[in-house]
Amino acid sequence: MAEIRLENLSKEYVNRRQRRRSRQEPNQRPGDRVLVLDRIDLEFKEGEMVCILGPSGCGKSTLLRIIAGFDRPTGGRVFIGGKEVAGPRSDSIFVFQYSGLLPWMTVAENVGLGLRHLKDSARKEDKIREYIEMVELEGFESYYPHQLSGGMQRRAELARALAVNPSLLIMDEPFSGLDFLTHMKMREEVVNMHEFLRKTTLVVTHDIDDALIMGDRIVVLSGRPATVKLQQTLDFPRPRDFERSPELSRLRSEIFLMLGVPYAV
Amino acid sequence: MKLARLHTSVSFMVLIVLWEILARFSGWSRYVFPDPLTVVAGMAELIKNGTLLKHTIASLYRVTWGFYLAIVFGIPLGILLGRVTVLHRMANPLIQFLRPISPLAWIPLSMLWFGIGDRPAIFLIFLSSFFPLTVSTTIAVRNINPTYFQVAANFNFSKFETIFRLIVPAIVPEVVTALRISVTIAWLVVVAAEMIAVQSGLGYLILDSRNALRMDYVMDGMIIIGIIGLLLDTLMKRLAKIESARWGAQAR
Ligand SMILES: Nc1ncnc2c1ncn2[C@@H]1O[C@H](COP(=O)(O)OP(=O)(O)OP(=O)(O)O)[C@@H](O)[C@H]1O
Ligand SMILES: [Mg+2]
Repeated sequence: MAEIRLENLSKEYVNRRQRRRSRQEPNQRPGDRVLVLDRIDLEFKEGEMVCILGPSGCGKSTLLRIIAGFDRPTGGRVFIGGKEVAGPRSDSIFVFQYSGLLPWMTVAENVGLGLRHLKDSARKEDKIREYIEMVELEGFESYYPHQLSGGMQRRAELARALAVNPSLLIMDEPFSGLDFLTHMKMREEVVNMHEFLRKTTLVVTHDIDDALIMGDRIVVLSGRPATVKLQQTLDFPRPRDFERSPELSRLRSEIFLMLGVPYAV
Repeated sequence: MKLARLHTSVSFMVLIVLWEILARFSGWSRYVFPDPLTVVAGMAELIKNGTLLKHTIASLYRVTWGFYLAIVFGIPLGILLGRVTVLHRMANPLIQFLRPISPLAWIPLSMLWFGIGDRPAIFLIFLSSFFPLTVSTTIAVRNINPTYFQVAANFNFSKFETIFRLIVPAIVPEVVTALRISVTIAWLVVVAAEMIAVQSGLGYLILDSRNALRMDYVMDGMIIIGIIGLLLDTLMKRLAKIESARWGAQAR
């Protein structure tokens, strides 16, 4: 069960900046509180892939960290499958913005992290192989993360997340830092994975095209403090293409405008 | 690689030639400033009558014990201080206060507490390595990327797993570097300790030879100390290469 409900969610950080004032925020002082999330109400249905957009620094990672249980909200509550989130669980796996692979473990050891409970080592090996094959990393089982390219590292992390068979997958900018082609391939892979496994998936991205191509629904957040500015269900058939669907193009321009860019490039 | 070795031997050759020239023309007597050949002859004597071996073993024995004790106590303490902020706040000022006190300043107390023999020397070596090891381990633990702890939480690591599958492997590169530095310090300290607290070891050999006015033996002692120091450092560098090659931390 992975129906997720955010109720009135708020998050404040205590500002620990040393300098007394900054140009952007002349009224901020050390010790002041910074409101990052402002009373957010959202629902995610089971099996849905939702893409979350928003300007840089608005609190997207913070929102995901709270849903994953790494961080506590200062107000409001998060429910997953009717139960309030109290801490990190292996039932909702986080894919980190920058690599979260443990660098001293091989690809196989990393993928096996979520399978440690399996006593039968032959079955465990089989599972590890299955997920490594799913992301096409056969032959790299005994490589350390630093011996892989950026794209391969992301795929390994995806395999590690899927191997747990979590009911919720949380991805923070899973394509950041990848070159264009790798980005496209990775995106396709995530979409296929979702079509195939139908796991509830939350994807934070700053790329509007990613959100429109991938999401069953998009959520646009405003700048800090983040509030929900737009929610839109995307009922377009996949594979999606801006050329063939003027409706999608129109939406794209609208969101560009909403995020402060006057015309889509 | 070959060329680098050639350059090294050239510099040693130049040193020996300069030494020979100085010994011959400085006007000092052989007893004050022995020439290279006399020193080599003295070395041969020391090797033949077993003195050198005995003293070298005595020194290495103390360093090994002191250093192991420092590892056994320093690294776990460092991990604890790195993870438990309250303990860190309490213990860190104390450690920072004790650290700059030279281990040699502890000689009077350690002789009083442990008497004469190996134990005060081992205690001094322990002190010299314990503080740097503890401090470096603490810093290394505090610098572990917090993402890894979130991964550990996400995958339900037990306390045991967090220590042995996350913290320990994460700090290995820094700790190996710290080991390399502290073994050098330990080696410096053992010689000094042996000049005061014991009747054996390379430090004692130097002091004893000075009292007998055998400057050639003094120089032999110094040369062996230098060579062993070099070997210890090479050993540690090897260790650092093996360990960091495993997960791509820069080897220095
Ligand atoms: N631990 C913290 N302590 C204080 N302030 C924090 C902390 N973590 C985040 N913030 C602040 O909260 C705001 C939101 O941070 P967050 O990382 O969630 O943004 P983001 O939307 O993910 O940005 P980006 O798109 O650049 O990844 C930032 O202004 C940041 O300075
Ligand atoms: Mg972020």
